[in-house]
This record gives sequence, C-alpha cells and structure tokens, in this order.
Amino acid sequence: MVEVLVFVIGAAIVLGGALGVLLLPSTNQAALSLIATLFGVAVLFVAQEAHFLAAVQIIVYAGAIVVLFLFVMMLLGVKSNEDLSVEPLPGQRIAALVGGGLFFLMVLAVLVVGGTELTGSLGNTFPDLTQSNLASLGKNLFTEHIFAVQATAILLTVAVVGAVVLVGQHMNSNKKQEATK
Amino acid sequence: MAVTGTWYLVLSAALFTIGGVGLLIRRNPLVMFMCVELMLNAVNLSFVAFSRMLGDIGGQSVVFFVLVVAAVEVVVGLAIIVAIMRRQPEVTADDLALLKG
Repeated sequence: MVEVLVFVIGAAIVLGGALGVLLLPSTNQAALSLIATLFGVAVLFVAQEAHFLAAVQIIVYAGAIVVLFLFVMMLLGVKSNEDLSVEPLPGQRIAALVGGGLFFLMVLAVLVVGGTELTGSLGNTFPDLTQSNLASLGKNLFTEHIFAVQATAILLTVAVVGAVVLVGQHMNSNKKQEATK
Repeated sequence: MAVTGTWYLVLSAALFTIGGVGLLIRRNPLVMFMCVELMLNAVNLSFVAFSRMLGDIGGQSVVFFVLVVAAVEVVVGLAIIVAIMRRQPEVTADDLALLKG
C-alpha cells in the first residue's frame, strides 16, 4: 500500500512538473517546474531501489543542469514571457498534439497487450543481493563497461573545451577590436 | 494492489509524450532544451524499471551514461545558444531563416 502511495505521489509530481514545462509561458517558471519533475523521477528511482542514481539525479540534474539553465537566463536576460497565443505555423500545434496522443496510445497498447511477455527473458548480470546497489553498480561499470567509462571521460573533456571555445570567440573578437583601435 | 513495472513504463511513456509535444509546440530554444531533458528522464525511468523487472544491474549502468551525456549535451547546447543570443537577442526557433546569412 505504501508503495502505491509513493508511486501515485511521485507520478503526480513528475507529470505536474512536465505539464508546467509544457504550458507555463515564463522560462523561469518552466525551469522551476523542471526541477519538480527531476525530483519526482528521483523519488521513483528510490522506490525502485536505485539509490545511487537517485542521488546522482538530484546532484547532476537539479544541482548542475537546471542551475546552468537559470544562469544562462540570468546572463542573457531572456525575455521572460513567450507569447503562446501566437501560432506562426498554422495547424502545427494541433498536429503536435494529435501526433503525441497517437504515440502515447500506441505505446500504451503495446504495454497493455504485451504484458509480461514484453520484457523477454531475464538478464544475465544478476545483482548480488548481498551487496548494496552502489557496490553492484560500481562493479558492473568498472568491469563490463570500463571502455565506455573511459570514452565518457574523454567526452566530458571535449565538451568543456568546446564550451570554452564557443563562448570565448566573443571575447577574442573584442580584444582584436581594441587592439586595432 | 502492487506496483508492477508496467505502471512505471506507462508513466515513462506519458512523460516522453509530454516532452515530445513540448519540443514541437514551444519556440524558445531554452524551453525546447528542457523538453529534451524531460524525454531523457522518461527513458531513464523506463531503463530503471526494466532493470528491476529483469533483475539486471546493466539498465542502471546505461542510465549512468545517459546522465553524463545529458550533462555534456546541455553544456555544449547552452554555449551555442549563448553565442547565438548575443548576436540576436529574443531569437526563437522560428528564425531559422537567419541561417541563410
């Protein structure tokens, strides 16, 4: 019963936040709704015994990514309100809603009809129940996926350098203008 | 009544749909980015649900990599948005015609 209660509350937070991102005209409010969704997903991770991922979800998403969004809004002074009543492409919004609804119904039909057969046979890396979630996840990451971990490290480095290059061009051109003056 | 994996999968499908519709109907590039994050979170949720249904820790490993790649994507994407918005404040996704130069 407690499990059902946790799921219902978590799902309400997730869907409410997602609808907030979809419908609120202000960018700041959309970012705050996004935090609600991310927090709800973290709650559902805890309910499914993925404790490490729940912590990482809060730290990386709510702590870093959303703050980055808010920081960019502050830096750019984005116009806070988007006029949602104007529709530049006629019929696009209706088409998006119909397409989204059909997609959802399709997935729902597959899930309901497929039932338990949908998931196929059991996996082959059973978690060791004597270990904690963190221990078994770490063991899996650093044995089976060690190459992917290394590649991810390179990807992070490339992204940081790329971001500095992209944003730094502006400063370089300013310096050149000052030098020519 | 017990919570089965299918409940989580249906919730994940709903979240993914909201994210996709948001990506199509919003025009502010920052909000479109947030909708992409919603879709990534929906996929993460379904990975964790499958991980528990199958008793396989591999699903949680995949979510770890998705988190890292999402962070990288946001860093580079926001850098591009900052670079564009410095030149064209108030730009929206409808102004693609600017790419003609």
